[in-house]
Amino acid sequence: MIASKNIIALTLSAVMLALASCREDDVIFIPEDVPVSTPEYTSVKGFYLLNEGNMGSNKCTLDYYDYATGVYTRNVYGNANPSVPKELGDVGNDLAVYGSRLYAVVNVSNKVEVMNAATTERIGQIDIPNCRFIKFHKGYAYVTSYAGPVVIKPDYEQLGYVAKVDTTTLQVVAQCVVGFQPDGLEITGGRIYVANSGGYMAPNYEHRLSVIDINSFTVIDEIEVGLNPERLVADHHGGLWITCRGDYMNVKAALQCYDVRKQRMVAQLDMSVGNLWLDGDSLYVVTADWTAAAGSGTKYGIVDVNEHRVVCDNIITDGTDAKIKAPYSIMVNPITKDFYISDARNYVNPGYLYCYGRDGVQKWSVRTGDVPAHMAMLGEDINDY
Amino acid sequence: MKRRFYILLFACMTCCAMFAQQNELDSVLHLNELKVVRQRQPYGEVIPSQKLSGARLERLNSHSVADAIRYFSGVQIKDYGGVGGIKTVDIRSMGTNHLGVFYDGIQLGNAQNGQIDLGKFSLDNIDEISLYNGQKSEIFQPARDFGSAGTVYLRSRRPRFDEGKTNNINFAFRTGSFGLVNPSVRIDHKFNDRVSATASVEYTYATGRYKFRYRKMFSDGTLAWDTTATRRNGDLHALRVEGGVYGRVDGGQWNAKLYYYDSEKGIPGAIVNNVWKNSQRQWDRNFFAQGSYKKAFGERYALLVNAKYARDYMRYLNPDTTLMYINNSFWQDDIYVSVANKFSISRNWDVDLSADYQWNALDATLSSFAYPVRHTALVALASAYQWRGLKAQASVLGSFVTDRATLRNTNGERSRQVSHLSKFTPAVFLSYQPWSSRPLSLRAFYKRIFRMPTFNDLYYTDFGNASLKPEYATQYDLGAVYDFADGDGVLSTLSVSVDGYYNTINNKIIAVPKGTGQYRWMMMNIGRVKVRGVDVSTRIGLALPQGVALLGGLNYTYQRAQDYSDPTDCRDEAGTYKGQIAYIPWHSGSATLGGRWRGAELNYSFIYVGERYHNSSNILANYEQPWYTHDLSASYNFRWCRVDMRLTAEVNNLLNQQYDVIRNYPMPGRNYKFILKIDL
Repeated sequence: MIASKNIIALTLSAVMLALASCREDDVIFIPEDVPVSTPEYTSVKGFYLLNEGNMGSNKCTLDYYDYATGVYTRNVYGNANPSVPKELGDVGNDLAVYGSRLYAVVNVSNKVEVMNAATTERIGQIDIPNCRFIKFHKGYAYVTSYAGPVVIKPDYEQLGYVAKVDTTTLQVVAQCVVGFQPDGLEITGGRIYVANSGGYMAPNYEHRLSVIDINSFTVIDEIEVGLNPERLVADHHGGLWITCRGDYMNVKAALQCYDVRKQRMVAQLDMSVGNLWLDGDSLYVVTADWTAAAGSGTKYGIVDVNEHRVVCDNIITDGTDAKIKAPYSIMVNPITKDFYISDARNYVNPGYLYCYGRDGVQKWSVRTGDVPAHMAMLGEDINDY
Repeated sequence: MKRRFYILLFACMTCCAMFAQQNELDSVLHLNELKVVRQRQPYGEVIPSQKLSGARLERLNSHSVADAIRYFSGVQIKDYGGVGGIKTVDIRSMGTNHLGVFYDGIQLGNAQNGQIDLGKFSLDNIDEISLYNGQKSEIFQPARDFGSAGTVYLRSRRPRFDEGKTNNINFAFRTGSFGLVNPSVRIDHKFNDRVSATASVEYTYATGRYKFRYRKMFSDGTLAWDTTATRRNGDLHALRVEGGVYGRVDGGQWNAKLYYYDSEKGIPGAIVNNVWKNSQRQWDRNFFAQGSYKKAFGERYALLVNAKYARDYMRYLNPDTTLMYINNSFWQDDIYVSVANKFSISRNWDVDLSADYQWNALDATLSSFAYPVRHTALVALASAYQWRGLKAQASVLGSFVTDRATLRNTNGERSRQVSHLSKFTPAVFLSYQPWSSRPLSLRAFYKRIFRMPTFNDLYYTDFGNASLKPEYATQYDLGAVYDFADGDGVLSTLSVSVDGYYNTINNKIIAVPKGTGQYRWMMMNIGRVKVRGVDVSTRIGLALPQGVALLGGLNYTYQRAQDYSDPTDCRDEAGTYKGQIAYIPWHSGSATLGGRWRGAELNYSFIYVGERYHNSSNILANYEQPWYTHDLSASYNFRWCRVDMRLTAEVNNLLNQQYDVIRNYPMPGRNYKFILKIDL
């Protein structure tokens, strides 16, 4: 009896010991190479994809696709910068290549990470609290931030600002206060247009763009637009395209076009545009029905910026659009016209990136990090579109 | 090398516990508290609980109820670290919301988010913690008690008096790491043989500061980066005031209680790149008054009446001017009444009929808030039957829920809307003792139950989803227990239990932290989870010569908790289909060893949580390391100037392991606590 008890007890402890594994050192993440396509040689050398990561997860990661090898590499930052504590940071919000440098706006980490665009090695960081989007002009970076001055009148209100950053010193040299919770910005005709979303004031969203004169760096005008504007893209004919999200309930989303020369609204399309990319005169849009669950009512189209109308209402021709759950961003290769759509899926699990040929047939797909969201191309003469 | 050390340590512990019993000894000390007294009630529980009580509870290096529950098998704790950090309990991977927590027999509610922060309940005034899988398999209980997939019962200290005493006064003072200052006092008074009362007050202050360290290495073992910082904004100020009156009547008993808890704390938040400090704050005020009356009328009928009123206030503030300003307050009201009736049809056959009514309302300072009100009626019919070694119990619970909330209709107009739900859910419990001479019994249960979506799930402004369905849990359990107790032998107690289980969760609502506030969540109905697990629990007590008593415990849990939500998500190794769900380790366990000699006690405890992933996509990028902590404590009981005193010194996380339970929420390294208790 006693012997059998011992056997039970010993077996239990042995099983526990055998199964229990010990803690090991946390090791720098080795980037994962995934061959996805065949080599392709154009002036576009590659592109970066910034994964946002969920808030608090510190899982903002950077992926790279190299056209010369056809290899997609996941999570390149940590290995390129092994001495940076806690890696790239928490919640990426924008990505851009300017000159020889790559800029990642990392929202919760309150910084713009500045890297060598060829190697992703860190050059430095620009500290801007609650930073959102970035654009460049003549050696300066302009970054929107939610963290402007607080006013109590009588409710708590917080204006945002645009930070002007000298890209040679990485210092903020000036700030220009704009409206509530500024998101996207665009620079055209010597002016900076800023989309004030009012996201913290829901359901009383903002409905104005702030116009900043780039030389004096002061607000010179405001433009009435639809409710809750987010992204701005200027075309080559003076048109400023504005995505307005509405209030997700009664006020519908819209895509608007403001003519900065005539200084009036010239087009309004009833589309809820989640993201957009301008290629020549073709504005590629991903639409999502904000009021319904993610994924339903999604379309991938092209708006002609001259005609102000949808000229193609489904650029995906092989039916694979049904598999995309939460399209989050779109990018077009200016040479080959291949286009790329990222899928955030349920925003918690790793996302996917899909590559389509100009015929709308899927060429390849690859797993990304969490919430793949922002893409920037690397190459010669491609960033002056 | 490190690994070998643990194996050795483990082997030593188990060996000394297991083999010492073979020594034939003639001098044996009889220790009351080490002896397990198994109550052989005719209609007692079919499947006994895991229990921590009295001296055994006191010996664990635990500050809160959540810390103590880690020693049960089948349980995982979500711990955000620190004295004031939120700690929630997940039983058999079914999720926090499936766990019912009862305080002195009546459920602690949180209709707002369904989660009870067990870190809030200090052990100062707790006598016993019991954990039941399925439900307490005793039929004479309120309908509420049939309504959870698992239950934890907290029993506060009842007044007990030594012969001839009518007053007890107890002081306790705890201090140590994290700037902890924690005095408490309890007074018991005996009015007469039938009525006694107790009152206790506890104050807790802690700066909540501790050093934490993160570092990463290159794969060749050289250092990549290494950073040490201080955890800030984890301070806690808390006051608990509690009182109760306990009485006995012929064939029954009654009690009435008041409870008040008032706290302010910092929410330390996630540590991410470039953010080493947060500033969010939370205030809680919880009040409840409850009463219970239980009496047998003759041989055949017994009555149990419970009633409760609770009001909870919570305020969350984000004062950080770089982020969205949030200053929200919430008020919850809860009224509960219950009547349970037990009829004895024969000496071995009982029937129970219980009916409960509960009313919950939530008020908040949020714009376009839904102001939800929930009426819940519960009716339970249960029967227990015993024949020789066989005990059987079956119950069916009828739940009738009506929610009213101000919602936006399809035209965008806000109006009061009503939704109803009625469900019937069954449970069956069996146990069988094949040989009356041997303390071995086999047991099995089946239970199907659901949990309602919480008010936050349904109606939280902007994030709530009024179309959420209830979340179902179905449990199957098969197990055996060998439970030996001998007051005279060297081996005073030996208990081994093994349970295998299979649970399925349908329409599972998963909470993902949203923003830096831990009380705000993003609700996702991720669908389906299947859990296959084994719980093993052993306890051994030895009475050695020279008055040395040893008590050891070993718990082990294996869980395969797989995400079956999306069958199409299996393209590569990152697919979530059949992936282990977030934060559930395959292997976890605990070991405790306590020794006592005269007034001196030495206790050691070890907690192990194996490797996990923070996402059901089980890839390297989502990997979380195992963690394990060794805790030691030494106590000395003595009498000084006719006063009983107890001094305790604790070292927790002895090997100073730097770990996270939840990603980016660093846990404290080695820390100390000193406790002085005085009984007048």
